[in-house]
This record gives sequence, C-alpha cells and structure tokens, in this order.
Amino acid sequence: MSAIVLDQVDPQKRRVLIAVTSVVGAAAAAAVAIPLATSMKPSARAIAAGASVPVNLAVIEPGQQLTVEFRGAPHWIIRRTPEMVTQLGKNDALLADPKSESSKQPAYAKNIGRAMKDEWFVVKGVCTHLGCSPTYRKDIAAADLGAEWPGGFFCPCHQSKFDLAGRVFKGMPAPLNLAVPQYMFADDKTLVIGEDGKGA
Amino acid sequence: MNSIVKTLIAAPALALCLLASNTAVFANEEAVLDTAPINLKDQASLQRGAKNFVNYCMNCHNASFMRYSHLTQIGLTEDQIKSNLMFGTDKIGDTMVSALDPKDAKEWFGALPPDLTLVARVRGSDWIYTFLRSFYRDDASPSGWNNVVFKNVGMPNPLHDLQGTQVLTKTGEKEEHGHMTPIMKLAVDRAGTMNQVEYDLFIKDLVNYLTYMGEPARPARTQVGVIVLLFLVVAFFATLWLKNEYWKDVK
Amino acid sequence: MASIPKPLSAPPLGGLPGKLLGWIDDRFPLSTLYKEHLGEYYAPKNFNLWYYFGSLALLVLVMQIVTGIFLTMNYKPDAKFAFASVEYIMRDVSAGWLIRYMHSTGASMFFVVVYLHMMRGLMYGSYKKPRELLWVFGCMIYLALMAEAFFGYLLPWGQMSYWGAQVIINLFGAIPFIGEDLAVWIRGDYNIGDATLNRFFAFHVIAIPMVLLGLVAAHLTALHEVGSNNPDGVEIKKNIDPKTGTPRDGIPFHPYYTVKDLVGVVVFLAVFTAIIFFAPEMGGYFLEAANFIPADPLKTPAHIAPVWYFTPFYAMLRAVPSMFSSQFPGVAVMGGATLILFTLPWLDRGKVKSVRYRGPIYRAFLTAFVISFLILGYLGVVPTTVWGQLSFLGGVDTATLVARILTVVYFSFFILMPWYTKIDKEKAEPLQVTY
Repeated sequence: MSAIVLDQVDPQKRRVLIAVTSVVGAAAAAAVAIPLATSMKPSARAIAAGASVPVNLAVIEPGQQLTVEFRGAPHWIIRRTPEMVTQLGKNDALLADPKSESSKQPAYAKNIGRAMKDEWFVVKGVCTHLGCSPTYRKDIAAADLGAEWPGGFFCPCHQSKFDLAGRVFKGMPAPLNLAVPQYMFADDKTLVIGEDGKGA
Repeated sequence: MNSIVKTLIAAPALALCLLASNTAVFANEEAVLDTAPINLKDQASLQRGAKNFVNYCMNCHNASFMRYSHLTQIGLTEDQIKSNLMFGTDKIGDTMVSALDPKDAKEWFGALPPDLTLVARVRGSDWIYTFLRSFYRDDASPSGWNNVVFKNVGMPNPLHDLQGTQVLTKTGEKEEHGHMTPIMKLAVDRAGTMNQVEYDLFIKDLVNYLTYMGEPARPARTQVGVIVLLFLVVAFFATLWLKNEYWKDVK
Repeated sequence: MASIPKPLSAPPLGGLPGKLLGWIDDRFPLSTLYKEHLGEYYAPKNFNLWYYFGSLALLVLVMQIVTGIFLTMNYKPDAKFAFASVEYIMRDVSAGWLIRYMHSTGASMFFVVVYLHMMRGLMYGSYKKPRELLWVFGCMIYLALMAEAFFGYLLPWGQMSYWGAQVIINLFGAIPFIGEDLAVWIRGDYNIGDATLNRFFAFHVIAIPMVLLGLVAAHLTALHEVGSNNPDGVEIKKNIDPKTGTPRDGIPFHPYYTVKDLVGVVVFLAVFTAIIFFAPEMGGYFLEAANFIPADPLKTPAHIAPVWYFTPFYAMLRAVPSMFSSQFPGVAVMGGATLILFTLPWLDRGKVKSVRYRGPIYRAFLTAFVISFLILGYLGVVPTTVWGQLSFLGGVDTATLVARILTVVYFSFFILMPWYTKIDKEKAEPLQVTY
C-alpha cells in the first residue's frame, strides 16, 4: 500500500484554499517589497541636501549669467537687459513651442519671458535632449550660429538651440523648452530656488 | 515521543532561563538604578525633553546623527522647530550639532564631550535617569563633583542651577556578605530653582527624549509589529488549513 | 465524500502554456528538474518538528542576501564613515531600520535554525551511510556561516565589532612561528583599521556568500541524490511498492511538504518578526549596547563577549590554560571542536541511525554532549568569575573548572564514539516508518 490514498479529495475546496493562501502569500511578498523599494527613495539626507538654495542677486550685472547647483544640477540666473526682453517677443517664427505649452515650468513662468519678473530668468541648465548643459551665447548673430541667432543657449553635444527664455528652436534634437524650477523672491536682493511658498 | 527527545527539548529551555537571569552582567555599574518612566507616546513630554536637550545638553554635546527635521515625528511643526529649537543653523535638514567649536572643547574639557545621539542605547534609559539625578559635591574630585553611578565622572553637574547641590551622607550601616557596609544617601544641600518633583519631571522628559533620539524608528517599529503579527496569525490559519486538507491523503 | 480522485501527477498542460513548456523543455530540463526535486521527490511521510529547520535555513539565507543587498546600497566600508553610515541607514533611509534589523536578527536566527538542524542530524543519525557527504557539505556550510558572521560583525564599526575582531584575529597570532605575520596579513595593517574593514566587507558581501550558495547547492544535490532520512532512520528506498515503483513510506515533496513547510515558515516568521519589532537588541544578545559606540582603538569596553553563537567555542578557548608560554593549545581546541564534526560519519559504528533505537550509552553521551554545549555557551558570555572560586583547589574559578570538564565531555562524545556505539545495546529498527 502506498502512503498516498486519494479518497478524500475535494478539488473545489483545495482550489479555494490554494487561492486563499496565494492571496496571503502575495500580501506578504508585497509587505516585504514595499520597504525594500522605499529604501531606494531619496533619504532624509538627500532631502536635506536638496533643500532650497538662496541666491544673492546683488552680485549679478545686467546681461550676466550666474550658475548655482541645486539638487546636483546646474541652474542659471540670467539678468536680462530690456533689449534682451524685447527680443524675446520677436522669436516666435524660430521656435518649436513659443507658448511653452508642453514644457515644464511653474504657472507663474508660463509666459513669453518664462519668468516671474522679466529681468530675472531662472532656468535649469540641462538640455531636454540628453542632459548636457548648454552654453550661454548672448552674442546676437554670432558667426558660428548664423545671422538669425537672437542670443540664447547652445548645446555643444547635439547642437540644440534655445532662446533667452530657454525656448527650443524648431527642428532641434531637443524636444522641449528648458525646464524652469520653482523659485521665489525672498526680498529684493534674494532669490530662493526650489521653494515658492506654495508648497512643494 | 520518547524521553530522550523530551530532555533535549527541555535543555535549551533551561539554557534560555540561565541566559535571561544573566542580563545584570551587562549593566554598567553595581549601583541600583531607578526605573525611568519612559513613555514614547507622550509627545508633550518628548517636546519638552527636546527643548531641555537643546537648552542644556547641546551647549557642549552633539547629536550628530539626529536631524532637526526628524522632530516632526514628535508632533512639532517645521516652524516650531525653527523658532524654538534651532539656534546654530537655519536649515531644518541639518543635524543637531552644538555651536561649541571642537577645538575649544578639547582645550577646555581635555576631551570632546561624547556625542549623545545614541547614549540611551549605550547606557540604557534607567542609567541616564539615575545618573542625572545622582551628582553630589565631592571636594576630593578634580571637578568638585562626583556621581553615584559614574565614579569620578569628568562632567560637573550641568543642571545644578535647577537641582541645587547634593551631598552624599552616611545614614547607617547594614550587614552584607558578613561585613558591615555603610548605607549612603543623597540629599539636597543647597536648593536650586526647582524642587525635587519638578526636577525629576524635567529629567524624565529629557530621558524620554534621549530614548526617542537613540532610535527614532521605535514608535513606528512597534506599531508595524502589531500589524505584522496579526497578519501572521491569519496566515498561520490559512496555511494550516491548506496543509491539513492535503495531508488527508497521507495514510 | 469527494467524488473522483485526482491522478497524482497533474495532466499535461494544454494550449499555449503547454506549448511554451514544451519549447523550454526541448532546451532546458525544466519539467525534469521539477519532477526530480519537487513533484516526484519522495520524502518520508513521518517528518516531525525537527524537519522544518532545513527549509527555514534556506529561507533565512535568502532573506539575508536580499536585505544585505539593500544594506550595501547605503553602507560605507570606510573606517571614517562606516559607523555613521549604519546610523544613516537606521534614521535617514526610508525603512532602513527595518532592513537593518531584519539583517541583524537574521544573522542570529540563522544560527538558531542551523544549530537545531544539526541537532536533528545528530539525533536521527542523518550523517550515517549513505549521507556522509551530505553531512560534510553541511559542516562546511556551518564553517562558512561562522566566517560570514565574523566578517559581518566588524562592519558596523562599533566597539564590540572592533574588539571582537581584535580578539579573534589575535587567535591566529597564537599559531606557532607564522602567527604574528599571519595576523598582520589578515589585518593588512599593524592594527585593525580601514584596510581590515574594507577587506572584511569584500569577504562578507561577495566571497563567502558565493561559497555559501555553492555549498548549499551541493548540500541539496547530495540530499536529493540519497534521499531524506527520517526520525526512524529507516531507508524508505528499501521498501518500494512494485505497483507504483515509488517508496511505500514516501510522499511527493510537492505538494505535501511544501504546504507543511509553509506552516513552519509562518510560525518562524512570527518569532522572527516579534524579535525585529519588539526586541531587536534581544537584551543585548543580538545587538550589543557597546556596539552603539564608534570603534575606539584606544579604549576596550569593560566586558567583551562574542555574539552568543560563538560562545561555546569561546568558553573552550578560555578554559584551556596556555602551555609552553603559548595560548595556541586553546586555539587548537577551539578549532578542533568545530572540525571534529566532519569526522562524525566515520566515528559512529552503530547499526541503527535514529536515537529511538539506540542503546542507553549513546543516549547518555548525546544528552551529556548537548548539555555541555549549552552550558559552555552560557559560560562564554559571562566572566569566568561568575560562580566564584574554589578555595580547596587553590582558588581556581569554578566556571573555568566546569568549562574544562565540559570541554572534555564535548570531545569525548566524538572520540569515544567508536567504542560506545559498538558495545551499546541497540533495538531493532522497524521495517517501515512509524506514522
């Protein structure tokens, strides 16, 4: 006689019990997976290090660019001259998305100048193509960029062009305008990147 | 089951009892410790303790693994933390580091005051609770202070303004192991700004906070633990039922 | 009453899953592996409580590897940052405390499970022919596990980590002639330092785990080659049912033992998680208080004891007096105590396997062995002065004397085994297992 005698098998009951145990097992697996997965989120230290960065605006001359590091990426503050601001309104024909419909920016920067105050342009200096950092080229009609060049940013990696509001030109490898971070003016002379008083 | 197997099961149980009775070996001193009335659910006490820690301990000691931002776990808002507890920095993500320059500290105290983040895990809450209430004047010691649970401690009583000064006096003798040992008692000699009940409460809050700071995850840990164990009870019955169903086949 | 009994082996899969399985089977022996190791691996039906610990050891191994991977994502094997990085895991990393406690508790529970598993092997003679190699692989796993635990214990870089490693590495220093140089070579420095920590990290996270996985594979392969022993020590393969061609006392591992082991897993997890969530320090036995102080080469903690799973051997080490102005004899005894386990299959001359049918002498020796191991384990965590001194023996510590006697008991279990297993009055094994 064998050790297994199948005289009391209730297949329906076994199916139900297997289903119940499987659900319990799946819940257990999820309960283990969740803490493991959350441990890969930015830690309290990374969050502390990624807190807002204050910038002293008094040191920036008109037309000058200042680069600061925020969350490990370059961020630019450009003090645009009135001429630069005027030029922005004339670029539409060159641009892929002049109204910034599909790019990333806070609501207060969804305008022609892509800024809260036209004089101060704050932008994340990372090309939306493959993550290189473009160079600041304010020289209008520069020899290497063509007679139509209105001043802006030029990415050395794959030659994407952006105007002085970070808006990408038509037919470029980069698909989107440069991203604008959250920011606010703590007072006349201090800009805070990464915080806009409206919650993160 | 035969008797030998029973013996083999009983033996580990006996060993566990032996181990359990042995914990006293790990205590740091022979002095009898008072039980610290720790309650990590008492957020008001933890908040007072955090304030006591910042105001009195952090003049010299660091808690360099503890971030201010974690204090939101004990019911404080970021604004409360910034305005009531942070003096040396304005970044909420910073760790609780004393304004004291380590070089000065070394010069003044001869050694760096130890970091207190983990002190409750090293010494135990009861030890700290007793220690902070057991300082007494001792002219024989270099600092002028001594402590019942920490002989010749380097730190003078940092809280003597609050507690007052204590002296250790002999109140009698008792027989122990065949010879007479003196019974010593601490008594307040010159009063501080707090009476004994107030001071004990102050220290209770502080030790409560130190205990929390030693392991900020502890409240969450026990909460999650209850849920996990309840789940495992369900899982036990589910798997046992399944097993019993299948094992009907085994003859 | 159930209606139609289901055939034992599931019907062949139809449709697309069946085609996919066929495609795989033509290229990789998936169905064959399943049959050999689960669906048609016949295990004795009379397994008792002691037979849970093998699968539990495998579970703990997997948990240690998984939690270990996530710990290495945040741990820094650098003397300057190691301690702080552990606190970083405990505080700043989301759920880091849980992962760390799972790993630290897992280390201790691994030894709990493995010691019980080895005890099972001793009681039911699972090391005897034809399972000698199975036992040898198991002993190698135990040694690798001890190495893994030792290397891992340095990583938190606390006072106990540091001074524990100091003591153990100095044991190698006691080996005659080469000891000093050997200790320096192990440390990679004149004292335990950054280099030591860095290489221990490499051993702990790569070298030893790979060895362990290989040995576990060998252990399981050997087990499935010879088949499982059982509490009666009766070979089920000697009693084949001619109709089915399978052992009369055997049942397929899957589903019968998979569902049974599942119950064991849940009970084990209840104990395991109760420790993690309510007593992760386990009164100082799993996580020692002094290890919350960063390593300080200038200050030894007042009381050093190894972690509990090493203490029986540590007690033997301390019990042996130094001879010829060398502490090597103690080290040799300690090493011998672990290595002698390997020889067990060739020391035992008994005819039966299970303690159920052994004679009184074997039972007495086994009981004395287990009790001496447990008391040695206790003595290893306490100072030698714990039981005072014996004035009539010139003031020798009682505990040291007891440890010496128990060390002799421990070794005599092995050394006298060829003698007492031969003269013992054994009972006859039954023809079939009792169930």
